[in-house]
Amino acid sequence: MPESRTSESRMSGSGGPQGSGPLLEVSGVTKTFGHGRRRLTALDGVDIQLGRGETLGLVGESGCGKSTLARVLLGLERPDAGTVRFDGTDPFALRGKELLAWRRRVQMVFQDPFASLNARMSAADLIGEPWRTHRDVVPDAKAREKRVRELLALVGLRDSDAHRYPNEFSGGQRQRIGIARALALDPDLIVCDEPVSALDLSVQAQVLNVLSELRERLGVAYVFISHDLSVVRYIADRVTVMYLGKVIEHGATEDVFERPQHPYTSALMSAAPVLDASRVSGDREIQLKGEIPSPFDIPSGCRFRTRCPRAEERCATQAPPAAVRDAPGAAPHTALCHFPLAAA
Amino acid sequence: MTTTAAPSPAAADIPDNTPALDVEGLCVDLSTPSGQVRAVDGVSFSVRRGRTLALLGESGCGKSMTALSVVGLLDPAAEVTGGAVRVRGSDTLRMSPAERRKLAGPVLSIVFQDALTALNPVQPVGRQIGEPFRIHRGLSRRQAHEKAIELMTRVGIPEPRQRARSYPHQFSGGMRQRLLIAMAVALDPDVLIADEPTTALDVTVQAQIMRLLRDLQDEREMALVLITHDLAVVAQRADDVVVMYAGTVVENGPVREVFAAPRHPYTRGLLDSVPEHAVRGRPLPAVPGSPPELSAVPAGCVFQDRCPLVRERCVQERPTLRASGDGRSAACHFSEELARA
Repeated sequence: MPESRTSESRMSGSGGPQGSGPLLEVSGVTKTFGHGRRRLTALDGVDIQLGRGETLGLVGESGCGKSTLARVLLGLERPDAGTVRFDGTDPFALRGKELLAWRRRVQMVFQDPFASLNARMSAADLIGEPWRTHRDVVPDAKAREKRVRELLALVGLRDSDAHRYPNEFSGGQRQRIGIARALALDPDLIVCDEPVSALDLSVQAQVLNVLSELRERLGVAYVFISHDLSVVRYIADRVTVMYLGKVIEHGATEDVFERPQHPYTSALMSAAPVLDASRVSGDREIQLKGEIPSPFDIPSGCRFRTRCPRAEERCATQAPPAAVRDAPGAAPHTALCHFPLAAA
Repeated sequence: MTTTAAPSPAAADIPDNTPALDVEGLCVDLSTPSGQVRAVDGVSFSVRRGRTLALLGESGCGKSMTALSVVGLLDPAAEVTGGAVRVRGSDTLRMSPAERRKLAGPVLSIVFQDALTALNPVQPVGRQIGEPFRIHRGLSRRQAHEKAIELMTRVGIPEPRQRARSYPHQFSGGMRQRLLIAMAVALDPDVLIADEPTTALDVTVQAQIMRLLRDLQDEREMALVLITHDLAVVAQRADDVVVMYAGTVVENGPVREVFAAPRHPYTRGLLDSVPEHAVRGRPLPAVPGSPPELSAVPAGCVFQDRCPLVRERCVQERPTLRASGDGRSAACHFSEELARA
């Protein structure tokens, strides 16, 4: 296997001045859409942190704001309030060349490998397309060809696949092309928005393996958005659970899965069907009432109270404080709840 | 709640252990620009009232095509070329379209995955839900409307009387799925087919819909055919499972036993691919490759290209679905070997 240029450059890069501090620090980010009195609150004071080479799992149901957050991280949406610091710099303050240089460092893998690849471009064109904007990354044509082959090998495709078109590939292979394209600019962070949910189970495992292997070899960090809890549990180091635009629980993956503090997290986990019948007990399932309220009209106090089995009067009047539980040897485990669940 | 006050005479003289739905050797061919391909190849299964059978498989394995053939809603490009679909003792494939239409609702009924496209966007939902009563029972518009409201109440639509006048786009995804279920169970069918009924929904809503389906099934003693790609849903919800691959049945039997000790390497591979069992940091045991194109299904065993146990014999001879006497069957030359491993 040819030693890839990426891994070399990253090895030398990580020791440099950029090596200290978290890779990504988002604090108090709020984003609303619409105008006048009818405003939709997509993100409401969201804080997240991500270290180099780390994987953050972002979990929540549709409408919780996880895709808006992804767009903010990519610099596609400007937050109304709050700050985003990528390696210490605010991407929204950058202009021109600096902005272009920053964009190289954050890339995206999309959910639908059928819609996200141009059917009229070959795999090589698709993977090399970012270089047409970022001209100095791989300047000459020969090197580009070589680099395309390296990238194909990295994601487990063959050299001969370079000149095939998307319709000649299966869903899993297309997603590999999408991953290779995201890697073409040698990013520090890849935002993966439901990268395996459009794939069949037997193929999903292959793509998850590619993603974990790349993390090992290249040290790339992921923000991994998924509704599938078992996938997040497998791939993420830390988990952030969102509900109606707010982070309601955050902590180390095992900690959150084994000892959820927020009733929503706990309900989400009990609602997800599991394969292993021995892990299900009849009383384990907490059935939530109703559906997510409209983001145009967020409930007062705790926004989860309308569906919460533990809700009391206080929840309607007071916004819950962050309950912090220190997990031994890990990041603190926080939940926004007046009545957090006790550690079992 | 009105249940079937008078069961139809046809149902009365069928003994209890007769399956509500019996599919035998179903074959479906598909016309494509590059010629005829076989999409469903000799699929058989049966399900009794009150029981749940899961058709499990990945996209393109023929599970939805099987369901559509059973209810007679196949795309004109597809054609049933063999087999039998028996309900209440007669083969629906030999019936005239008019006869089949009489079965749609009172005997066989289906819930689709995508509720928004399955509902008529320009009709109030109350009228759509009441439609089966007008067509099959000859009720008046007003009576049908009352029936629709009753059903909407049953499936958990809040304020059904007001909501009956709303249009499908005014409902959330979960509520639309409830509406579709209400329509499907309106005439108390013997068999309810649910084609990926919760795939498009969030997990908490998915749990509500699965619960509703189970309650309705218990209450009306329907046979449920659950079509899904989700192994966890099968494990939690179904009594029996039929695992499909490339248009064929590769394994079937009671879910608990099949999942505990699969006898086909594909079933084994699927179970291993579930990340639930995985250890973080260790690669998932993935099945290499992807399912074959329907136009290029290999001549021998359909799974040979991806199988860890593949031998010479698998390339030459297609394994038949062999019953092993304990209610299970598998289509693998070496299933005993797999069972021992």
